[in-house]
Amino acid sequence: MPDRSHLPQIPGLPFWPQQASEHAAQVDHLFLFLLAVTGGVALLVIVLLVGFSFLYHRRREDETTPRIAGSLPLELFWTLAPVPIFVVMYVWGVRVYMHTVRPSADAYEVFVVGKQWMWKIQHPDGQREINELHIPVDRAVKLTLISEDVVHDFGMPEFRTKIDVLPGRYVSTWVHPSKTGRFRLVCNQYCGTAHASMVGVIDVSRPDEHEAWLRDHAEGSAALEGRKLFLKLQCLACHSADAAARAPVLEGLYGRNVHLRGGGTTTADENYIRESIVRPRAKVVEGWEPVMPTFQSQLSEEDLIHLVAYIRSLRPGDTPVPTNHFPAPVGAPTGPAKP
Amino acid sequence: MTTVVDYESQAAPPPPDDEATRSYLTDPPGWRSWLVTTDHKRIALLYMITVTLFFLVGGAAATVIRLNLIDPRGGLVTAELYNKLFTAHGVIMVWLFLIPVIPSVLGNFLLPLMLGARDLAYPRVNLLSWYVFVLGSLVTLFAVLVGGVDTGWTFYPPFTTKSSYTYVNLAALGVFITGFSTIMTGLNFVVTVHTLRAPGMTWGRLPLFVWSLYATSVIMLLATPVLATVMVLIVVERALGMGIFDPALGGDPVLFQHLFWFYSHPAVYIMILPGMGVMSEIIPCFSRKHIFGYAFVAAASVGIAVLGFLVWGHHMFVAGQSVYAAMVFSALSYAVAIPSAVKVFNWTATMYRGSIIFEAPMLYSLGFVSLFTVGGLTGLFLAALGIDQHVHDTYFIIAHFHFIMVGGMVSAYFAGLHFWWPKITGRRFSRPWGRLASLLIFAGFMLTFLPQFILGYLGMPRRYHHYPPEFQVLNVLSSAGASILATGYLLPLPYLLWSLRRGPDAGPNPWHATGLEWQTTSPPPKHNFTRTPVVTTGPYEYHGAPHGG
Amino acid sequence: MAVDTPALETQFTTLEQQHQSTLLGMWIFLDTEILLFGGLFVSVFAYRVWYGDDFDMASGRLNVLIGGVNTVVLLTSSLTMALAVHAALTGGRRLALWLVLTAVLGLAFLGLKGYEYLSDYREGLVPWTARFSAREWTEHTPPADPQHVALFLIFYYVMTGLHAVHLSVGIGLVVWLTRRAMAGRVTPDRSDVAEAIGLYWHFVDVVWIFLLPLLYLSVHHTPEDFHF
Repeated sequence: MPDRSHLPQIPGLPFWPQQASEHAAQVDHLFLFLLAVTGGVALLVIVLLVGFSFLYHRRREDETTPRIAGSLPLELFWTLAPVPIFVVMYVWGVRVYMHTVRPSADAYEVFVVGKQWMWKIQHPDGQREINELHIPVDRAVKLTLISEDVVHDFGMPEFRTKIDVLPGRYVSTWVHPSKTGRFRLVCNQYCGTAHASMVGVIDVSRPDEHEAWLRDHAEGSAALEGRKLFLKLQCLACHSADAAARAPVLEGLYGRNVHLRGGGTTTADENYIRESIVRPRAKVVEGWEPVMPTFQSQLSEEDLIHLVAYIRSLRPGDTPVPTNHFPAPVGAPTGPAKP
Repeated sequence: MTTVVDYESQAAPPPPDDEATRSYLTDPPGWRSWLVTTDHKRIALLYMITVTLFFLVGGAAATVIRLNLIDPRGGLVTAELYNKLFTAHGVIMVWLFLIPVIPSVLGNFLLPLMLGARDLAYPRVNLLSWYVFVLGSLVTLFAVLVGGVDTGWTFYPPFTTKSSYTYVNLAALGVFITGFSTIMTGLNFVVTVHTLRAPGMTWGRLPLFVWSLYATSVIMLLATPVLATVMVLIVVERALGMGIFDPALGGDPVLFQHLFWFYSHPAVYIMILPGMGVMSEIIPCFSRKHIFGYAFVAAASVGIAVLGFLVWGHHMFVAGQSVYAAMVFSALSYAVAIPSAVKVFNWTATMYRGSIIFEAPMLYSLGFVSLFTVGGLTGLFLAALGIDQHVHDTYFIIAHFHFIMVGGMVSAYFAGLHFWWPKITGRRFSRPWGRLASLLIFAGFMLTFLPQFILGYLGMPRRYHHYPPEFQVLNVLSSAGASILATGYLLPLPYLLWSLRRGPDAGPNPWHATGLEWQTTSPPPKHNFTRTPVVTTGPYEYHGAPHGG
Repeated sequence: MAVDTPALETQFTTLEQQHQSTLLGMWIFLDTEILLFGGLFVSVFAYRVWYGDDFDMASGRLNVLIGGVNTVVLLTSSLTMALAVHAALTGGRRLALWLVLTAVLGLAFLGLKGYEYLSDYREGLVPWTARFSAREWTEHTPPADPQHVALFLIFYYVMTGLHAVHLSVGIGLVVWLTRRAMAGRVTPDRSDVAEAIGLYWHFVDVVWIFLLPLLYLSVHHTPEDFHF
């Protein structure tokens, strides 16, 4: 039996979820508007149905009825009258939706890896969590998510939003918590046997509490882990940022426009960096040969997140210097081993 | 050298004189003759028996689901079994019940009668469609019940292709086969409407049920092949280990969703349009009044068919679609609501100054109009991007489509079944039991599905075997409603079957309805009419003095 | 003249009505087939946008000579089919001959296609078999992603396979019609079935006309590609 003790209780109205953000309040406003309009229409139809049933209930078997085949003005009215109402609903719906898809500057970034049947969260400074997401209040939070296996969905009911988490590419969404507390995290896209157990907690705390939590859970940052991988996998052999480099320079790459071999350009975002590691031939930089091998089988999604974080952090001069450029220490072997 | 063909001399021979005294039920005799029949009325009954059985199986799965959800821990069945149950429920109800029921049962029976024809254009194709349906259904049922499929009826990859170690290929094959039955039925109906109308039956005099079947058939023909394609690709991917939709092997899972929903959204209009057609026949009859706005109702059927092909992306608002695609599909989804609303207003206006009686078909129809209206209006919530982000893949969606499919479609089928039961069987059923069943179904339905809107907004996801305890009250209410609903659905079986033996003779037109089907005996003879009727008026001339018996 | 009264089914009142309904039915059925192949075309287009280079490289390895010969074979079979339908409509005496030729050409297409599949297998172009070598593609100049190559090839086999299934059905129908023709039962007033089968045959031909450029012709071929 799954342990439910860590999930948050819902205080307040029994039939209304909490509002953890301003966006949630706006979704609720739109919902109430729609409820009022559709409720009114439904009520009208039902009143008419019931009313006509009473008023025009057959009283005599031989009573006659008028032949009313229709009315063009009435048809035009109820065909066209919904249009302006629908336009309002549509535009309002788009505007509310935009909060979650439009990037916010200075957002607190978190990476999420979904897999059957858990959520692995990675903070920029290396803190890791399973099924819990600690974020600060009153600050935009950018979630970048990917799945290791099947399609999941990161659902945040109190924030009134969710996003499907796909294997093979990053997706992003933004939330802006406005209230501290513990809120529900659920998987909304059916993903197998324990789909219903793939739940967790979103913990929103004050900035000072959040800092304390980060300190208590610090490990090597994601970028630091990425640097270790960068060296271990010999990326430096080609991406050495010197005259002998056999691959493009990665410093300052993130966010730049890249010209591709064969024409076209692309923006160097997280998806581009990830793709270049797992499918290097997909987008080759102009002026370079497609000789980079793939590292897909050697890296998990979390490894890839670390590498992406590292490459994003590279400023001019940051690329490590290959160790064979330094003279060997005195006494170290410098040639092949003697028999 | 061209031979001149003398078409006039090739007039069809008239049916034998005494045929009119025999019912299609016993002409020709013997149960074996039913299995090789080409009579559209007999084929309709063969379909009726099979889809009723499947409805009961799908309903049994739903019963276990709702029983399991009484306890938040999901104590009744394991998670694996639960996942197989909701998959079985969806697959059976969608493909083995909702899609075929009105077209293949009522449509097959009534289309030639309503047109004044002796049969459909391709009677042998009609029989073949039933056998193909049975074959596909048996394969599908074996896969989901004996084998077990746990992907959900939507079969999303990569879960479906690499992670689900169950009978997916067989289920996909079964669905693929039943798709051909759908295509055959649609083909038959379209050609019949074009070529076999009685003299004087212009397009503007077609009963609205025929218009709705025509629009449904067009959707069947254009959408179902895409389902066939996508099922083939799933099987190829699983069987050969190729990555058509699996990103680890170079594929795109969202491409599957586009192909799947390109079929499955029009499919929901295949399910609802015939039900709407039934409404347009019953409401004028029991209001004894001409349908209000014939042309608009007919045009709305066509409009729904066309617009229904343009909105599939609204199933994918949170699935990784671009913002611009989401905006386009949201706008189009609002557009498709308009023709449905037009129909609801026209049915309501038909009752104005009518002379209304509350026989069972009318009660079911009133249930349909109110429940379909609520369900359709909740679609407006889903078309709004900001709201769909919150309620997508929650119980709000489940409530939305059950209001339309169950509160709407199944009520419409029951309405039509009761309305045309005297014509099909020659018997009248028990009036009080018929009314009781309709009320039980309405009440049970509301109790089952209204709480689910609230559950969805609160954030309970769909396809959950267990759930947080604070959702229990609403779930228990829903399950309680389901028990009433189930009782209501089972009730017609005894009293309808009873009427076959002990029901009073119906006579040709017990409801005093217009329409060519009521001009012949109940049950009709094998070739429907003793002489081809000639049509001089439209189909809803209920005004003036009431018709004689 | 109506010495041998042709079979008029009871649901129709005139032969003309029956004739019309046969043809209308076939046209509508062909529309459904367009949707069937359409889903596959859309998928290939989508992947081609993303993986164009890899798709071109895979396409370049297909046997364009056999593809070209098969195209001529199929187009010719459409000619013989059209002549057969004309004979059916006018009571021409060569009806059976044209039908037999059509079936023979259809079988020739299938034979060549089978041979092509076999040679594709030998060249390691069947991705789910052991002969397919991922390394061959990564070490190619320029290198290609073997997974994308496999994707292209899968669609090639599914689409040409589906076409071949349809062609086989068509050959079956033509054989059946030939037997009826030889029994003298395909007369001008019962020519609708022949016309309908003719429509089907032309459709199968048209599908191939679209498949050929999509799969074979989108890339520049060199003389080495022309071999048996």
